[in-house]
Amino acid sequence: MAVTLPRPAPAAPVQAAPEYGALPAYRGIVSWLTTIDHKRIGILYGSTAFIFFLLGGIEALMIRMQLATPNGTFVSPDAYNQLFTMHGTTMIFLFVMPMSVAFFNYIVPLQIGAPDVAFPRLNAFSYWTFLFGGIFINLSYFVDGMPDGGWFGYAPLSSIQYSPSHRLDFWMLGLQILGVASLAGAFNFMVTIINLRAPGMSLMRMPIFTWNTLITSFLLVFAFPAITVALLLLMFDRMFGTNFYYAPNGGDPLLWQHLFWIFGHPEVYILILPAMGMVSEILPVFSRKPLFGYPFVVYATVAIGFIGFGVWSHHMFTTGLGPIANSFFAASTMLIAVPTGVKIFNWMGTMWGGSIRFTTPMLYAIGFVSMFTIGGLSGVMHAVVPIDMHHQDSYFVVAHFHYVLFGGAFFGLMGGLSFWWPKVTGTMLDEKLGKIAFWFTFTGFNLTFGPMHFLGVDGMPRRVYTYGINQGWTGWFGLNWLGWNFVITIGAITIMIGTLIFMYTAFKALRGPKDAPNDPWDAATLEWSLPSPPPVYNFAVAPVVRSRDAYWAWKRRPQAVEAGDTEATLTVAGHTVGHVEFEEEQPSEEYFAQERNAYHINPSSMHMPNPSFFPIIAAFGLTLMGAGMIFGYALTVAGFLYLIVAIGGWALESTG
Amino acid sequence: MPFPRASGIGRKLVLLGLGVALLALLSGCANVPHSTVMPKTDAARKIQDLYVLVFWLAAFVFVGTQGGLLYVLWRYRARPGHELPEQTHGNTTLEIGWTIAPAVILVFMAVPTIQTIFALESAPPPSPDGNPPLVIEVIGKQWWWEFKYPESRLASGQPLTTANELVIPTGRTVYLSISSDNVIHSFWVQQLTGKIDAMPNHETRLWFTAEEPGQYFGQCAEYCGIQHAQMRMNVIAMTPTDYQAWVARSTKPAEAVTDIAKEGQEAFGTNGCAGCHAIEGNPTAVGKTGPDLSHFGSRTTLAAGILQNTPENLAAWIENPQTIKPGNIMQNLHVRPRDVEALVAYLHSLK
Amino acid sequence: MSIAHDVHSAPAAAHDGDGHGEHTPSVLDGKWSAPVGHALPTSTGLDNRKLLMWLFLASDCMFFGALIGTFMVYKGRSLVGPTPHEIFDIPYTSVSAFVLLMSSLTMVLALAAIQRNDQVRLRIWLITTALLGMVFIGGQYYEFTVFYHEGLTLGHSLFGSSFFTLTGFHGAHVTIGIFWLLYMTAVSWTGRLNSEQPLFIEIAGLYWHFVDIVWIVIFTVVYLLP
Repeated sequence: MAVTLPRPAPAAPVQAAPEYGALPAYRGIVSWLTTIDHKRIGILYGSTAFIFFLLGGIEALMIRMQLATPNGTFVSPDAYNQLFTMHGTTMIFLFVMPMSVAFFNYIVPLQIGAPDVAFPRLNAFSYWTFLFGGIFINLSYFVDGMPDGGWFGYAPLSSIQYSPSHRLDFWMLGLQILGVASLAGAFNFMVTIINLRAPGMSLMRMPIFTWNTLITSFLLVFAFPAITVALLLLMFDRMFGTNFYYAPNGGDPLLWQHLFWIFGHPEVYILILPAMGMVSEILPVFSRKPLFGYPFVVYATVAIGFIGFGVWSHHMFTTGLGPIANSFFAASTMLIAVPTGVKIFNWMGTMWGGSIRFTTPMLYAIGFVSMFTIGGLSGVMHAVVPIDMHHQDSYFVVAHFHYVLFGGAFFGLMGGLSFWWPKVTGTMLDEKLGKIAFWFTFTGFNLTFGPMHFLGVDGMPRRVYTYGINQGWTGWFGLNWLGWNFVITIGAITIMIGTLIFMYTAFKALRGPKDAPNDPWDAATLEWSLPSPPPVYNFAVAPVVRSRDAYWAWKRRPQAVEAGDTEATLTVAGHTVGHVEFEEEQPSEEYFAQERNAYHINPSSMHMPNPSFFPIIAAFGLTLMGAGMIFGYALTVAGFLYLIVAIGGWALESTG
Repeated sequence: MPFPRASGIGRKLVLLGLGVALLALLSGCANVPHSTVMPKTDAARKIQDLYVLVFWLAAFVFVGTQGGLLYVLWRYRARPGHELPEQTHGNTTLEIGWTIAPAVILVFMAVPTIQTIFALESAPPPSPDGNPPLVIEVIGKQWWWEFKYPESRLASGQPLTTANELVIPTGRTVYLSISSDNVIHSFWVQQLTGKIDAMPNHETRLWFTAEEPGQYFGQCAEYCGIQHAQMRMNVIAMTPTDYQAWVARSTKPAEAVTDIAKEGQEAFGTNGCAGCHAIEGNPTAVGKTGPDLSHFGSRTTLAAGILQNTPENLAAWIENPQTIKPGNIMQNLHVRPRDVEALVAYLHSLK
Repeated sequence: MSIAHDVHSAPAAAHDGDGHGEHTPSVLDGKWSAPVGHALPTSTGLDNRKLLMWLFLASDCMFFGALIGTFMVYKGRSLVGPTPHEIFDIPYTSVSAFVLLMSSLTMVLALAAIQRNDQVRLRIWLITTALLGMVFIGGQYYEFTVFYHEGLTLGHSLFGSSFFTLTGFHGAHVTIGIFWLLYMTAVSWTGRLNSEQPLFIEIAGLYWHFVDIVWIVIFTVVYLLP
């Protein structure tokens, strides 16, 4: 009953087409360095983010080896403090955020029927800035050691008096560089989504993943300046002798906390909303029914975005803000649980009455719903301030945020990865292997982070490089080394196994045949109407959108449209199973014929914007400026000149 | 189909989960000195009462949602002949329902929360024994705790000062005035009350009334540098009579009596200890950088609660503090073995 | 398909000059979709670059908000003088604030000029705006030198730290604006224009007005409020 659009005619192979205008077609590595194609940039983001994920995972494994037994000697205290700082920084800024952006890049223009993002070169600049910023932070290893102030860098510990080496300078400047990348990306996606939607795609007909991208970008735009200022004030304190956080001269360490968390709380929504968007795409496809309560899911996400700016002091409940402030933030934090719950119930409503296929992406999406709910419940417990006076800075919080970040964001991202894998690579992941990887990861995850709740209730603080034998956190059956910490380490190793299995699955697929169909899942959104992978120009003709779930509507709109009706009844084996409504005047059959013929257009007549060197040069210049603040101002000046030249070239460059 | 069936990986995982749960039950009976659910004061009980309420509410929601999810997954799994289900788009009544219901549950949580916040944070309740609260200043250091008792003065007029071991009376409200003169720390003695941060340029407060004599253990809970993990403290609650006796002993200087103790007192000066540590009764020991060691002999632990205060441990510490607490501010002073012996005798004689 | 910075804009114009041949009109050029190889009109009608500037200014609002918030938090908490009251010369700063305000007026006049396609007047008003900006910066430089000699430095007190950081970043924004205005003057002079010039002037105007509004807030909060 499905109508599939025909593939492009093989007459003019896409690879041979002079796609890049009058300039010579770049090949090989140069074509990657100068690409401004959102799909390539998406692949760059995703691969780089995955490598940082492995780095962050190794850091986690080393932490767990140290903590498996009491009085551990696997790493020194100094090394441990660097490890937990970098694990957090890497996973948040170098893995989850860029991996989400990889999907924003690849998928969003396809979902809205656009040929690319609004500012392709700015897009490339974002990627290169992220890559150089990530490398820059990790270069600290070769200088004074890696940052060791925690991912949150509280003053006064982060001040020059208590952290005199360059470790925190790398952290501080690296985050600033990464912030530029994130902000540039956020601007780009907001303009793209607001301005480049296909004809007929109103906001309330957009795919839900695109909505989440829009709201995440909004959060980025308004939250990042806060940490930019926090870091600038820290830099001025460390390098220019100001007093913002310097207590002897009247500076208030709480200023850092406020500024950091005004960024930090929206940041956690930035981390989770993309994954929620992916889950909201996957669940309907594999339940074979639309997202339940789409408008309410949209409103709930918008509400989370707004309320998320009003809860930041729940990270500061133990700083003596006073009962009134504490009560206010307790209430606002509880309030944000309401729209979150609405989303969870709508996901369940999507599956209710559906026909659920348990594919690998679906397993991750279901895992998300289950694990994120657990994380949300522990989060609501933290909102109760007196309870938080125990939970804060204990392993209970570590359990909470790993349930929402790993069981939530990571599972969502893995769901998205396995879901869109055929579209991006043109290959199919082995389902059996994918499921095995999932179960190892799921089991390992719960073995690792479930017991942390118990450790938290038993009073174990966080960020400790070791613990004693008599503190109650070890010593089962009289064995000094056996306790929850040991179990947790086993869980971490299990996660590692799951990751390795997934990597093997991915390599196996990439070396296999590129024979993925354009729509292997019978999915709902426009990207699935294109070949796998899509041609460089995406859509030969901007698709016209007449309803939500535009591709489902297209596939399932039987003869009704040919007859000029504005609605159609879907029937399966004689039963009515639903309605599809078209809210606008319909084009004629002749138009549909033209659309189908459009795929026979010779790709060489498509004109893509030229690739450019200036984004990578500008990114490099920016990074040099940061490096110069540590290694010598001459570098900063040099970097600034690079940046100016790049901006000039960028402005004057013809894009063809 | 990979979803748990009668055989295969699903069953193995269920067994694994049961095994883990069993372990959880067994371990719960072990001695847990830092437990947050064994309250020993009025303040800790208020937190516990709230926790019990919230825990059961959360458990109820947990069972409901996870159970509902499992049911949905089983009931609506794809079966042959049911390819395309009814394409429902939503239900406004349900939406309103499941917006309001959680909000109501949250109100049930919010009201006692705010009540407890004010009870714990606005002003200390009247002390059971009719006395005003016992004010003790707590100052977080890298990586130990300093305690000052303004109510108990030494002969010099200075407040009684100790370190790492906080002695308090039962039956009287203890009011801790907490701060730091360096980085942020957090004072957390789990069975007495929740934690609060110790910050420079800020004063934070905790109050509680200990009900029974005993020893309670705590640990710093805000990352404060390289030895954050080894910054513990213990609180010793005594009956009011015993407490008065302790105050009386502690406000008098302790002096070296035996020969070896006197030798130790001299070594305390020649090895540079006096430059960092103060000892009431030792006129050269007036250093303020390190913990006050007056009456060190009566303390049960050393090095901020990480070692029992035995001669062997003290000797090891003096020989090289960096092997026990690497990165801490007390350097290896290369003390000669004879001096170590004497210092141990001296310090342990300060009771 | 070219999206932004398409120097040969006009959405439905024929494409040329790159060897791909003329675009043949077809039924595809109807209202439902863009012709092959051309930019889609935007969903809102707003130009992408103008929308980008608005979003950037929104984030810049938060940036200055955080800096102004820091200043307000530390007001009156310095441990050492000089205090604002002792050091500020309100009449002097009012004049420089007025100068900056007038520069916004001249910016508006510049935009009006290009909308009439009057390149001469455009350049006059752009240069005037830039000059007024330079007077403002010069005035700040003099003011800060005086403060420095009276003992207020960046590291001296909370007031010094927060004041110089806030006004310093604002001054940097103004300076970038001045360079931008001079660049656009140069573009106008060389005659290498394109049809999007009014849009570019408008975008620069948005930035310049924002910088001016931020100064009004800073002047009020820092100088005028007790």
